[in-house]
Amino acid sequence: MIDFLYSILVLGIPFSVSLLLASLGEMYNQRAGIFNLGCEGVMSMGAFVGFVIPYFLIRAGVESGIIYVLGIAGSLAAGALLGLFFGVVVITFKAPQGIAGIGLQMFGVGVAGTLFRHFIGGIASVPGIKPMPVPLLSKIPLVGNIFFNHSLIVYLALILVPVSAWVMNRSSWGLRVRACGTAPRAVDSVGISVDRVRYQSLAVGGALAGLAGAYLSLCQVKMFADTLISGRGFIAVALVYFGRWNPWGILWGALLFSVTQVLQLKIQTMGINVPYEFAVMLPYVLVIIVLTFSNKNFQLGPSSLGKAFDRENRL
Amino acid sequence: MTKQQFSLVYKTTVLLIAIAAAALLGAMVLWAIGAPVLKTFLVIFLEPLKSFYITTEVLIRLIPLVLIALGIAVAFRSGILNIGAEGQMLMGILGATIVATQMPGLPRFAIIPLSMIAGVIFGGAYGFIPGFLKAKLGVSELLSTVMLNYIAAQTYILCLRGPLIDPAELVTGSGTPQSIRFPRQAWLTRMVPGTRLHTGIIIALVLAVVIYFFLWRTSWGYKMRAAGAEAKAARYGGINVSAWLIIAMVISGAFAGLAGAVEVLGLHRRAIEGISMGYGFTGIVVALFGGLHPAGIVPSAFLFGLILVGGDMTQRMVGVPVNMVQVLQGIIILTIVSVKMVINNPYIMERAERRFNKSEHKKSEEAQA
Repeated sequence: MIDFLYSILVLGIPFSVSLLLASLGEMYNQRAGIFNLGCEGVMSMGAFVGFVIPYFLIRAGVESGIIYVLGIAGSLAAGALLGLFFGVVVITFKAPQGIAGIGLQMFGVGVAGTLFRHFIGGIASVPGIKPMPVPLLSKIPLVGNIFFNHSLIVYLALILVPVSAWVMNRSSWGLRVRACGTAPRAVDSVGISVDRVRYQSLAVGGALAGLAGAYLSLCQVKMFADTLISGRGFIAVALVYFGRWNPWGILWGALLFSVTQVLQLKIQTMGINVPYEFAVMLPYVLVIIVLTFSNKNFQLGPSSLGKAFDRENRL
Repeated sequence: MTKQQFSLVYKTTVLLIAIAAAALLGAMVLWAIGAPVLKTFLVIFLEPLKSFYITTEVLIRLIPLVLIALGIAVAFRSGILNIGAEGQMLMGILGATIVATQMPGLPRFAIIPLSMIAGVIFGGAYGFIPGFLKAKLGVSELLSTVMLNYIAAQTYILCLRGPLIDPAELVTGSGTPQSIRFPRQAWLTRMVPGTRLHTGIIIALVLAVVIYFFLWRTSWGYKMRAAGAEAKAARYGGINVSAWLIIAMVISGAFAGLAGAVEVLGLHRRAIEGISMGYGFTGIVVALFGGLHPAGIVPSAFLFGLILVGGDMTQRMVGVPVNMVQVLQGIIILTIVSVKMVINNPYIMERAERRFNKSEHKKSEEAQA
C-alpha cells in the first residue's frame, strides 16, 4: 500500500507542474480582471520555442546546459509577448475576452504547429533537463525522492506558490492588480493606469504559461507535437476557479489533477480492463465535475472579471 | 465634414487598417517559414476556384460550416458562447451511424430522415449538458464545452473501436476504427455527376432561411434575442432567461449534430476518424464573420470553405503547412472582435473626430495666414 502511494506521489508532483505554472499565470490575469482563455495557445508557443532552441543548438554541436537556459528564456519571452498581444486586443481595443481568447488559442496553437511542421517536421526529441537532486534532503528515504529529486523548474514552480501568494496579498503591485480586478474605476480615480497594470499582469501570466509549455516539452515528454498541450491550457483556466483565485488552492487543484492522471496510468499498466479512451477522458470529466461543485466559488472571484475597462464610459 | 460623413470615413478607415494588420500578421508567420507571401495568399483564395471540381469541394465544406455556424449564431444571439460544436457534431455522427448501420432494412424515405433525426437528438442532447450547467448551476459554458469536446472525441473513437467497428476490420486484424459502409439507400444523392457535391447543400440553405424566420419573425426568436441582448431587461419583461438559454444551447447542439449526420450520410458514407476536422471551431469564425446573421453566414461559409480547401493546397504548391489555416482563423477572430468594438465605441470615434477637426482647423488658419 505504501509502495503504491509512493509510486503515485513520485510521479504526481512533476506531472502537476505544467498545470500549476499555467494556472498561476492565469490567476495573475484573472485577478487583474482579464479572462484569458487563450492559455492553451500561449502554452503551445512556449512549448515550441522552449523546445526548438535547444533542438537546433544541439544539432549545431552545442552541448552545455546553457541551451536549456536559452530555451526557457525564449519560452518566457514568447509567452509574455503573446500575453501583451492579447492585451492589445482586449485592453486597448476592449474586445470581448471569451471569444478573443478562442482566437488567441487558435493563433498560438496554429503558429506553433506551422513552425513545427516547417522547421522540424516529424518526431524529434531532446535529452531534456536532467533532475537536480537537492543535496542531503534528497537522501531522506521516501520523502527525498518525492520532493527533492526533480528538475529545477519543479522547485521553481513550488516556490512560486508562496511567492505568488505574497505578491498578491502583501505587495503594492499585488494590491493594484487585485484592485483592477474588482474596482478598476477606483484604481483609475487615484491616478493609476488600469490598462498598464492589466498589461503587466498579462505579461507575467503569459510568461508563466510559456514556461509551463516549456516544462512539458523539455522535462516531461522531452519532445514537441501539435497536440502536446491537448487541453491542459483549458484545465489550467478551470483550476483557477477551483482554487478560488488563490495560489494555495491552485496548488491543491493541480496536485489533485496530476494524481488522477497518474492513477489513470497506473490502472492501465496494472492490466485492469478499462478501455484506454475512458482513462484519457477522466481529467476532462473531472474538470466538469469540479466546476459544477465549485460553482459557489464564482462569487468569490474578481467582480470585474471579463469586463473591459473604458475610462470614458460613465454608465 | 458632417458627423455622418465622418463616421463613414472613420469606419472604412478602421476596417482597412484592420484588414492590413491582419494580412501583415499572417504575412509575418509566412516570412518566418520563408514562404512566398503573396503566392500563398493567392493559392489559398484563388487556386480552388480555378477548377470546377475543386469549386464543388469548396461547396462541400460549406455545408457543415453553414449548419454549425447557424447553430452557433442562435446560441450567441441568446447570450451563450457555444464552442462545443466539434463535440456535438461527433455525437451527431454517432447518432446517424447507429441508425444507418443498425437498421439497414429500412427503405430510403425512412432511413435518411431517421438517421438525421438521430443526429439531431444526439447533438441536441450533448448541447443540453453545458446549457443546463450554465443556466442552473452557473458553470462557465466556455470551459464545459471545451471539456465536452475532448470527452466526445474519446467517446467517438471508443464507439468506433468497440460496438460500431466494421467486422471486416476485426477479421483482417488491422483494427482501423471505422464503422461498416452504410446501406446504399442511406446515401444522400450526389447532385453533379463526377463530383462529391451532395443534396446536403439544399438542407443547409433551406435551414438558413428557416433560422432567419425563426430568429427575426417569431416571438420565440424574439425572446431568445432579448435574453441574449440584455438579460436583466428580458427577465423584467417576463422572459424565462435561463430556460431560453438551455433551449438555445439545445438548438445549437442539434444543428451541429445535423451537420455531422449530413456529412457522414452525404460524403463519407461510413463513420471514420477525423470527420469533424475542426469544423466546430471554424464554425465559430464563420458565424462571427457572417455577423451572426444567416444572410452573412452563407457567404462567409463559402469564404472559409475556400480557405480550408486552399489551405490543403498550400502544402503541395508552396510548402506551407496546413496548420496555417488555423493561424488565419485565429487572426480573423481577433480582428473581427477588435474591429467590432473599435467601430462601435463612440468615445474612440469622438476622440478621433476632435483630433481630425483640430487639424482641419489648423490647416485652414495656416491657409488664411
